[in-house]
Amino acid sequence: MKRREFIKRASQATGLAAVCVGGGWFFHDREWFKYEPPIVHKPDFQIAPDNAYPQISLSRNQDHVLALRDALDAVGGIARFVRAGERVTVKPNVGWDRTAAQAANTSPVLVGEMVRQCLDAGAAEVIVTDVTCNEARRCFLRSGIKEAAEKAGAKVILAVEDDYLVMDLKGRLLTSWPVLRHFVETDRLINMPIVKHHSLSMCTVGMKNLYGILGGRRNQLHQEIDQSIVDLAMFSRPTLTVVDATRVLMRGGPQGGSLDDVNIEHSVICATDQVAADARAVEFLGLAAADVAHIVQAEKAGLGLIDYRAAGYKENLG
Amino acid sequence: MTVGTVRNLRRFSQVSFFGVFCWLVLKTNFEVAISPDTVSEVFLPYPVSIALQFDPLVALTTLLANGTLFKGLLWSLAVLIPTIFLGRFFCGWVCPLGTLNHWISEIRSERISFRGKGKIESNRYKKYQRIKYYIFLFMIAAALFGTLQSGLLDPLPLMARSIGTLVLPTAHAAADGVLGWVKSFGFKPLSGAAQFVYDMFAPFLLNFRQVHFHGIVSIAILFGGIVVTNRVFTRFWCRGLCPLGAMLGIFSRYATFGLQKDEKSCDHCNLCLQSCQGADNPDVGTRWRQTECHVCLNCQAACPQGSLDFKFFPTLEGTRTNPPPNQRVDITKRKTVASLAAGAALFPMLRSGDSFEINADSRLIRPPGSVIEDDFLARCIRCGQCMRVCPNNALHPTLLESGLEGVWTPILIPKVGYCEPSCTLCGQVCPTGAILELTLLEKVGDKETPANRIGTAFFDRGRCLPWAMATRCIVCEEWCPTSPKAVYLKEELVTDRQGKEVRVQRPYIDPDLCTGCGACEFACPVVDQPAVYVTSVGESRSPDNQILLRRKKPTTIPPGETP
Repeated sequence: MKRREFIKRASQATGLAAVCVGGGWFFHDREWFKYEPPIVHKPDFQIAPDNAYPQISLSRNQDHVLALRDALDAVGGIARFVRAGERVTVKPNVGWDRTAAQAANTSPVLVGEMVRQCLDAGAAEVIVTDVTCNEARRCFLRSGIKEAAEKAGAKVILAVEDDYLVMDLKGRLLTSWPVLRHFVETDRLINMPIVKHHSLSMCTVGMKNLYGILGGRRNQLHQEIDQSIVDLAMFSRPTLTVVDATRVLMRGGPQGGSLDDVNIEHSVICATDQVAADARAVEFLGLAAADVAHIVQAEKAGLGLIDYRAAGYKENLG
Repeated sequence: MTVGTVRNLRRFSQVSFFGVFCWLVLKTNFEVAISPDTVSEVFLPYPVSIALQFDPLVALTTLLANGTLFKGLLWSLAVLIPTIFLGRFFCGWVCPLGTLNHWISEIRSERISFRGKGKIESNRYKKYQRIKYYIFLFMIAAALFGTLQSGLLDPLPLMARSIGTLVLPTAHAAADGVLGWVKSFGFKPLSGAAQFVYDMFAPFLLNFRQVHFHGIVSIAILFGGIVVTNRVFTRFWCRGLCPLGAMLGIFSRYATFGLQKDEKSCDHCNLCLQSCQGADNPDVGTRWRQTECHVCLNCQAACPQGSLDFKFFPTLEGTRTNPPPNQRVDITKRKTVASLAAGAALFPMLRSGDSFEINADSRLIRPPGSVIEDDFLARCIRCGQCMRVCPNNALHPTLLESGLEGVWTPILIPKVGYCEPSCTLCGQVCPTGAILELTLLEKVGDKETPANRIGTAFFDRGRCLPWAMATRCIVCEEWCPTSPKAVYLKEELVTDRQGKEVRVQRPYIDPDLCTGCGACEFACPVVDQPAVYVTSVGESRSPDNQILLRRKKPTTIPPGETP
């Protein structure tokens, strides 16, 4: 072997060995790439209390748009909740592949009107979204909410895997959970539940509707449903809760399906107090809030008042 | 029109049909905009399975297996009749799998150099090309006796299945993976650019959500095998194995269009052989084989001497050194009989096994509207259109759940996705009537009409939280879509290990109301082996696979259900 060739082959082999050793040394116990930590806004979207307005209002009207406008005006009007240039997320209940009449999802008429109100108040963007139970595309179509919201000028978002942020909910029970980013990366959150029967929590109104901001294994939450609802309500504080009580699902909730189970009430509640909103709404189901465990626990946690009249209550039964 | 122009026309035809085929599979997807006020039911806007209805092999084998030419399958004559006059133009001009094989074969390879002796030799007619006829005859005989196996290898269902359940989901996972990886570097312009490219293609290429299919690897092995063998032998699949190609070859027996060779002008340069797709001996001095030719016209276009000419009524006479063309299929009588006999034996062999009905998998849940199993296996061509269109990723290709006889037929796996009550899409896309199209009323039922059932749910009380662990749950009841709910609750006072009294609601199934949709199983928090699960018993399509002597119609709220 010639000297030149010896040097060449030996240095090639040594070079490769050096790369392997160097690479091993460098990557040992070190992450080569890392997913960037998400930037998370604080999910408290409440506005400062103002004693000039009641905390909760109820309006009854055959024309549901007018009912919503009236109830909204009673708590101060949209200008109090949405400022020009803000980004608003509206969270209706779009849990199920059901029609509007079946009363499993929030009324598309109310969602559309709420979107228009926000845009009229100067909102830069209004997002309507929910983490559905049934297939998202079907839920948004059949409920009529996609059509109504888009017609009113909102951006409807159907959640996909990448849209979740894993967050610390800082609850007693709920700690690390995936949350749909549009419910935290926004300026205003408007919760728009519908009043429904539920076999375990007795009712689904505002605070239970917040289940819909979560992804992940939320079917485990039923095991301690009351505490998980309270944890969620502690974590996510909507600017405004608008309760759809135009139709009320009395039995077979939360999905319903039969029109025999639906009561027509033509009512809309607007509230800045989540607990008060739920407490008033469960009366449509023939319940007293004091008998509903999660509402009682929410009041104990300081989230609001069950005695909604004490919270400042205005009613317009038309 | 020169032959060069005609060849370019062929290329255009191949690209167009390939594009249309892929577009139809892409559109086999729940992505329609409906107005809920005016339409109560979702219909697909395009006849997305129409390409499969043009397949003569589907038409022939389903006709033999179940006795009818279902709906749009008469369209297949639009392929078959021209074939009788023109030869296998379908293989060279239309077939999307043929086109794919054509492209893959034409990529330069080291094994068969682009211009060389190896390629010339490999493009001469070979005995292995007979295999496809034996496969075809085997399938025909099997179909005649009642088991439809042609869909396994028929190129159009194979292509639809491979794109829908293999290529697109794989592409989705790959795209998401690459996007996530690029974003992980945390370099904003790069992340933004990647997201832009993703958003540009995702809406029409990728599903709304990543889908996960059962048995995907088995589909990949066949499809990958077909693609890869092109690198060894040009269009190995088309030449040697394709049963549709064989059928069209047999129907080319009396073709009036063919190749005429001029011996005088030929200087034996073999350029024709280099470009031959079908290995049908286009060169002067050998016997041209009509039944192997894809009518791609490459040989005529390649011939510098103008010795080759495709024309109507070519002369069938030859000279001593230039034999005449052969229009007969190159198969022997003995092997023909043997193939038919083997196919005929397949049906009794399969049915004397235990996997048909007697010991079928209890989890063999067929899509809603499926016909009875015997008829189902005589209709399903395993095209995977139902799996592709299912909005919940509920339908999957089987592996052995319905025995080897039913490989890749659809099965509903509730753990992955349940059957959406208001959805009738699988019946809408089925090209052969294995899944009948249900109306919304037939699907969900009402007080007079019974709902379509695909099975019945059962509780595993050893795993169910309120039954076994003194823990509250009832997610199954919440998800149950029937009205009134088939899952009902009874409140009971139980004591846990510490002796503490706990009030739980324990779930029960009302078999009169359960449709087997699997929403309960899908939603059960005991995820690995759900505490409520659906089996096929009670399915509407079968008179035998039943539990109860009489299933009552749901007219009243059952006792125990609190109003």
